[in-house]
Amino acid sequence: MAQEQYDIIIVGSGAGGGMATYQLANAGLKVALVEAGDYYDPASDEQRTQLRNPWESPRRGASTRRRPFGDYNSCIGGWDLDGEPYTQKGDTDFRWWRARMLGGRTNHWGRIALRFGPLDFKRKDIDGLGDNWPIGYEDVKPYYDKVDKLIGVFGSNEGLPNDPDGFFLPAPKPRLHELYYINGARKSNIPVIPARKSMLTKRINNDRGVCYYCGQCSRACSIHADFSSSTALVYPALKGGQVDLYTDAMVREVITDDTGRATGVSYVNKKNGQEQQLQGRIVVLAASACSTARILLNSKSDRHENGLGNSGDHVGRYLHDSTGAGRSAFIPELMDRDIYNEDGVSGMHVYTPWWLDNKNLDFPRGYHLEIGGGMGMPSYGFGFSANQYNEFIGERVGGYGNQLRDDIRRFYGSRLSIDCRGESVPQWGNRCELDPTVVDEWGIPVLRFDYKWTDYEIDQARHMQDTMEELLEASGGIVLGSKPGADRDYGLTKPGEIIHEVGTTRMGTDAAKSVTNEFGQLHDADNVFVVDAGTFVSQADKNPTWTIMALSWRTSDYIVDQMKQQNI
Amino acid sequence: MKTLTRRETLKSLLLAPLAGGVIASTGCIASSNSAAEITWSSLPKSYSYGRTEAEKLRDQKLFSETYFREHELLTIAVLCDIILPSDHPNGGALDAGLPEFVEFMVKDRERYKLPIRGGIAWLDNRAIDRFGADFINVTESQRLSLCDEIAYPDVKDAELQAGISFFSFMRNLTLTGYYTTAEGFKDLGYKGNTPNIWDGVPESVLQKHNVAYEAEWLEKCVDQSRRDIIAQWDDEMNLIS
Ligand SMILES: Cc1cc2nc3c(=O)[nH]c(=O)nc-3n(C[C@H](O)[C@H](O)[C@H](O)COP(=O)(O)OP(=O)(O)OC[C@H]3O[C@@H](n4cnc5c(N)ncnc54)[C@H](O)[C@@H]3O)c2cc1C
Ligand code: SF4
Repeated sequence: MAQEQYDIIIVGSGAGGGMATYQLANAGLKVALVEAGDYYDPASDEQRTQLRNPWESPRRGASTRRRPFGDYNSCIGGWDLDGEPYTQKGDTDFRWWRARMLGGRTNHWGRIALRFGPLDFKRKDIDGLGDNWPIGYEDVKPYYDKVDKLIGVFGSNEGLPNDPDGFFLPAPKPRLHELYYINGARKSNIPVIPARKSMLTKRINNDRGVCYYCGQCSRACSIHADFSSSTALVYPALKGGQVDLYTDAMVREVITDDTGRATGVSYVNKKNGQEQQLQGRIVVLAASACSTARILLNSKSDRHENGLGNSGDHVGRYLHDSTGAGRSAFIPELMDRDIYNEDGVSGMHVYTPWWLDNKNLDFPRGYHLEIGGGMGMPSYGFGFSANQYNEFIGERVGGYGNQLRDDIRRFYGSRLSIDCRGESVPQWGNRCELDPTVVDEWGIPVLRFDYKWTDYEIDQARHMQDTMEELLEASGGIVLGSKPGADRDYGLTKPGEIIHEVGTTRMGTDAAKSVTNEFGQLHDADNVFVVDAGTFVSQADKNPTWTIMALSWRTSDYIVDQMKQQNI
Repeated sequence: MKTLTRRETLKSLLLAPLAGGVIASTGCIASSNSAAEITWSSLPKSYSYGRTEAEKLRDQKLFSETYFREHELLTIAVLCDIILPSDHPNGGALDAGLPEFVEFMVKDRERYKLPIRGGIAWLDNRAIDRFGADFINVTESQRLSLCDEIAYPDVKDAELQAGISFFSFMRNLTLTGYYTTAEGFKDLGYKGNTPNIWDGVPESVLQKHNVAYEAEWLEKCVDQSRRDIIAQWDDEMNLIS
């Protein structure tokens, strides 16, 4: 069968792939977008979970293996996918979250949209650990600016040195528990500012709606008022007619010719199990950091014996996730609250960016604080330990009967929580590689993880615990549970658990020490690019997605330019 | 054995007593005036809320299975009713269909099955030891006395710990099952899950809590009267529309 020759084949439709699709299609190129998951549109009532009441689900929103973050979460995917295992080396316990749907993980991500700052690209200069990026903030800034305007993000310009200003939409006002937190932070001399998140608090164009404050972005927004790659990038790109979308298409490998350059990809059509191929001049990988590494490692040929891009044994290495720890408190002053609708946008309206100088600390790198609480919608789990706070007000915990109704109302919305998200130090030995013995249901070798936190991360978690305790108490809270000590690594999350995995195809100027150049172009094959977080040299004390999109746009511009110059 | 159907009543069971499966015939059901009758609302058996095919199939399978024996389901009903009685304007556990909810949850979460089955057996043994019959076949005051000894986690009596865990579990399921229904929303006074325009904490609430918005902070916040005007910025990153 004669095959169409595409200008560009993009693998994966998440943050990175969506942005590249949008940019390259708008540049007039003929694009094939290949996605392992199914078509998904939150505006279709059949797929809608937003604004559903808990009783519309037989399990009232409880989590399942297929919906680990609850029955209404819009992720089709999770930690454990049918037919797609992954394995661990030694006592590694890496958690790998994968979405299988148009738009990838951007359907249900937290929408915390933070630019990296100037220091984040040059960490080695500061603490001598890891490596610098080959680029600096000034290279990415124009793209952050453009992403802000195209996609929309609310926040505030604070003039902070390493948390740059942006083209922000106005922020939503803080909720009551957030005002308690602001007071606590002021007392502790720790900064707190409006959150920076990708929901449209103000109109940015006539295609997408304006947020109506249902607080359910993780269910995907039917009026497209929050950022999902599908709604904000892929659908608009599809309208232009330049894009062919292949769904349920699991890419096995990049196909290369005798010269080592890519000619296309092969994929499994999941609907019928058949192997198919697409031809293209350029292949852009955006399958998410670990999946892209897997595709590269599986793309073995005479020219690329150890997998494509892997001549320097760097594919899969320097895998790193954000650190995390969390704690919560009961705020007695929030007992017996007046009840009103404070759903707001999903998650926090205020946060604390990293504020200290590591010179005065016994660990490298920082973390930011995410604030939670409020009068959320009851769903499965609501009412568990209904009156556990009785312990703090001199009443008895437990019991039965109508008095429980009063307990429920009394304590509703009286909890304040803090989650820390920090930067780890990338390690050569922390990696994903192909498992030599295990394959998925299509016979494709799967990933095996080998990952250990170091003392850097553990020491940072200790500091997180002290900070959280101080802030929760300063906010008027009684901290719940016991403080995790050294025996529990100070409550440090498992690697992968924060779902910010990056670094598996890192960029650099030295082909022996990196996989791609500063544009995500493979050193080993000049017509193969990576536009997911694989190229990150270091993950900052920020969330990764705004940077993925800025870099994907930057790479797209470079591809267009290089094609014009006939270099690729 | 007879299987319970929707809005099942115990009355019918009383006509044909089954060994160990019948509630005592004297007026002993806390929620009901008419003696020996316990009824509950039924819950839907099919749902439509953005499921994938695989999820639909799994839920259909769960609905086609029966886990609890009749005696167990009655015990659950009686317990849920004690935990959140229906003698209240906003209804209680039985109005919220709790027995069916518990039945669904244990099928959905395999790990719940044993603690509930075992917990019921523990409770029956305890009731037999103390009063000579199964939990549902002793008198109402005897049942409450059995609940009193396991309803409070601060009780340290080693012999009661299994019962205490079971009761806590049933209390959790009952409250969660109730507060995730329309009746529960009403009881709580929940306001949300509906399109609206968030414009901050009501003034009266701010005053009550002795907090206020800082003027400088408010300047960074949405002017909701301008939310529909397309955003524009000057070159200095200032929003100007
Ligand atoms: C619950 C949650 C909360 C989060 N919160 C935040 C947050 O607040 N802020 C933030 O910055 N980040 C957050 N993240 C992380 C964010 O979602 C990711 O950084 C981002 O989506 C990564 O984009 P991506 O394009 O690299 O990959 P993805 O979005 O994962 O998309 C990859 C796509 O590629 C497809 N694919 C994979 N393998 C193949 C293959 N072999 N063939 C074809 N297609 C394939 C997948 O099906 C998927 O659709 C969160 C993530 C989760 C899960
Ligand atoms: S909070 Fe706003 S952006 Fe998020 S889903 Fe609701 S309406 Fe959409």
